[in-house]
Amino acid sequence: MNPTSTLDWTAVCPLDRLDPDRGVAALVDGVQVALFRTGGELYAVDNLDPVGGAYVMSRGIVGSRGGVPTLASPLHKQVYDLRTGRCLDLPEVTLRRHRARCRDGMVEVRLRQEE
Amino acid sequence: MSGGDLVVIGNGMVGQRFVEALRARDHDRRWRVTVLAEEPRPAYDRVRLSAFFDGVSAEELNLHTPDDGVTLRLGEPATGVDRARRVVTTAAGEHPYDALVLATGSSAFVPPVDGTDLPGVFVYRTLDDLAAIRAHAAGRRTGAVIGGGLLGLEAANALRLLGLATSVVEFAPRLMPVQVDEAGGAMLRRYVEELGVTTHLGVATTALRPGPDGAVAALELSDGGTVDADLVVVAAGIRPRDELARTAGLAVGPRGGVLVDATCRTEDEWIWAVGECAAVDGTCHGLVAPGYATAEVVADRLLGGAATFPGADTATKLKLLGVDVASFGDAHGTTPGCLDVTFTDPATRSYAKLVLSDDARTLLGGVLVGDATAYPTLRASVGGPLPAPPLALLAPAGETGGGVAALPGAAQVCSCNAVTREQIDAAIADGCADVPALKACTRAGTSCGSCVPMLKQLLDAAGVQQSTALCEHFDASRQELFEIVQVRGIRTFSQLIAEHGRGRGCDICKPVVASILASLGTGHVLDGEQASLQDTNDHFLANLQRDGSYSVVPRIPGGEITPEKLIVIGEVARDFGLYTKITGGQRIDLFGARVDQLPQIWRRLVDAGFESGHAYGKALRTVKSCVGETWCRYGVQDSVGLAIALELRYRGLRAPHKIKSAVSGCARECAEARSKDFGIIATETGWNLYVGGNGGFRPRHADLFATDLSTEALIPLIDRFLMYYIRTADRLQRTAAWIEAMEGGLDHLRAVIVDDSLGLCADLDAAMARHVASYSDEWRDVLDDPDRLRRFTSFVNAPDVPDPSITFAVERGQPVPARGAPPAAGADRRRQPVALGLPEVRR
Repeated sequence: MNPTSTLDWTAVCPLDRLDPDRGVAALVDGVQVALFRTGGELYAVDNLDPVGGAYVMSRGIVGSRGGVPTLASPLHKQVYDLRTGRCLDLPEVTLRRHRARCRDGMVEVRLRQEE
Repeated sequence: MSGGDLVVIGNGMVGQRFVEALRARDHDRRWRVTVLAEEPRPAYDRVRLSAFFDGVSAEELNLHTPDDGVTLRLGEPATGVDRARRVVTTAAGEHPYDALVLATGSSAFVPPVDGTDLPGVFVYRTLDDLAAIRAHAAGRRTGAVIGGGLLGLEAANALRLLGLATSVVEFAPRLMPVQVDEAGGAMLRRYVEELGVTTHLGVATTALRPGPDGAVAALELSDGGTVDADLVVVAAGIRPRDELARTAGLAVGPRGGVLVDATCRTEDEWIWAVGECAAVDGTCHGLVAPGYATAEVVADRLLGGAATFPGADTATKLKLLGVDVASFGDAHGTTPGCLDVTFTDPATRSYAKLVLSDDARTLLGGVLVGDATAYPTLRASVGGPLPAPPLALLAPAGETGGGVAALPGAAQVCSCNAVTREQIDAAIADGCADVPALKACTRAGTSCGSCVPMLKQLLDAAGVQQSTALCEHFDASRQELFEIVQVRGIRTFSQLIAEHGRGRGCDICKPVVASILASLGTGHVLDGEQASLQDTNDHFLANLQRDGSYSVVPRIPGGEITPEKLIVIGEVARDFGLYTKITGGQRIDLFGARVDQLPQIWRRLVDAGFESGHAYGKALRTVKSCVGETWCRYGVQDSVGLAIALELRYRGLRAPHKIKSAVSGCARECAEARSKDFGIIATETGWNLYVGGNGGFRPRHADLFATDLSTEALIPLIDRFLMYYIRTADRLQRTAAWIEAMEGGLDHLRAVIVDDSLGLCADLDAAMARHVASYSDEWRDVLDDPDRLRRFTSFVNAPDVPDPSITFAVERGQPVPARGAPPAAGADRRRQPVALGLPEVRR
């Protein structure tokens, strides 16, 4: 098991470029990341839909299920827990997560490499 | 009975039901089934035969489903039964049997008077009969029906619809003498005569006379009168088809019919009879429900069961010439000492009679004319205590809902399929939580459907919550949310969920609320918070494809397009490397556009005069058209002109689901208008409007809603139809399902939008006027606004880098998604195979 990450934080965009509850895609070290701002939190996950195999997760609808912040795939509507990446509809499907934070009004992303 | 060769003679409704019942339970395939059918087509729904004249096709009436365990021999009637050798003979050969089931049905009784063999004289029994009646009616003016019973009145309505001045001749002193009493018959006669049908009661037809062309021209009556009739339908009763049995030496009933005992077996242990040809303990039954009961009995017996005929429920409810008529139990009060409670309301023009036992505690039967809403409860209560005081039961607007609680367990809720309350309750206890589940589990409500309201009441009575909540965030249904948003003037999702919901919303409620807000005209779909509610299609005003690219569909109203515009589409597709395909809605779909290309593509299209086609929205899609009278030799109206006008009127209209339409310029219907949510078909004098059609997963022909409308009369009807749909349908409910689920169905719809029964029409009209006035092209509005445009970027931090995952191969000279091509370099790119959730197969 490797350490969670050794990569650096990358500044992506100003915070006000993120509309609440609507994602954007970002390219971080060649990796497509989907970024969301919802309920006062920032979330970053892979833009790759693990079920559909297309890079579309940034275009999904953000919401909640039983208090859990969620993201629905725009392809076939599987719903994921934004905090853990776990798919709430299909067992054993996970969306890769990355780290996101806000520094001096800029959104920063750090890739997480999980093996 | 162990099994072997089973021959069934006859493939009518009961013969078919028998085969289905047997096959459903013959798990070990003990019987090899051969069905010999006289007609050239398999079983169809004879109860709905008259729907043929409403444009319902033979295919739609079909009841037959292919079954590899059954050999169906169409057009091969049995010619004899050799009981000694146990063989059925037909013109084509012999069929040995180990069991023989006679399901030969009945034939029309034709009274022995002169002239019944003239051209233009028909019976009303098969689809072929109806087709012949329609053919003969062309160009003729008068028609008559001999027989004023159930079938006779149906036939009279058919002749009326065929445009003939229609008379009914009935030997008894009232219409429907078997079902209704004197007063009920009088009420019925008033209704019928108001429809322009002339009645001659208490007289017999003594002869049919030909005209100069040799075809029938008039009836002579026993009172000396004559009735002009260029077409005559004989509907004077039916006779069981027992000739095979007679020839084979089997006993018949006192009034005909193959004599069987309560197990439906003849005196020959190898031969059984079901349906109208069977005289069960000597009595033939001419209704489908007792027929189905005999089918179930024989299926059970052939598999070793011990079922017996439960007795016939002769209850009937029908709509004849638009009048509800029902009779059940001892409708004529023949039980000694019984009491009648009658109720006549000239205002609502309804008549009702209940027959009670001498102590007035037990319901024995009854007759309802004009308003039959109380029928399901009453029929199920026959033989038991009254569920409520008689007047409460019969009052119009019937407060009958409470009655269901008092129904005894043995009461039949669905008489078509002999399902009792006990069985329904058991199914509910087993987890059936809604009407579709009950239908699948018990078959109740799957034939005539009249008990469906009662199924709902039974679910309610069992405490089953039939939730209409939209999702976990809103307890309200879509319709209720629409009203809340409209009445309280709510403009944002945040306000709505804060005041009327909980949580943060989801992919179900957000697009629904976005659609409601859009239907109510609250500005551009991408403005402010609304943008975050939209599905990706609405968010990018394009259609997401499997590879993450989008397709673009410019509006081509009515499918009419100039060469210049065609060239622009071709040039745009070529310049952006798009795959092009003609859609089913007569426009052109351009595939393979990246998000960042969409504004550039639309800049070109908008400059050339195109606007959004809303292919991405739950909104009006297209109004297809045939080329119409402008070019077509057969066209009778300008279908293209109307289609364009309609498409421009309703473009951009957001709805619970997509809306499709079409206009055909003549009855040949080349535009396939009847598969659309609303379809228009030209007539010589105007337009016929059809509503509720659907292609797709469950095809449905649209229902005829109004006929021979001028364009000025047509458009307000469509306006109201669409606005009423938008206000009241469920999420993702197409108009077909909306109408089917509507209590009262098409009649209710007509009452609301034609007769304004809910006082809504002015509102609906105003809402559509607002829509038409406020329409503007969504794509032009985006191109004019930098704030909206900024959404169309590939990467927020690298807007100049196109999405590297979208790559193409070439197939048949066009770009297509490159399958399995590795996406951009970078971190781990494994694609793990995962099982997609497959729909559960319901058994």
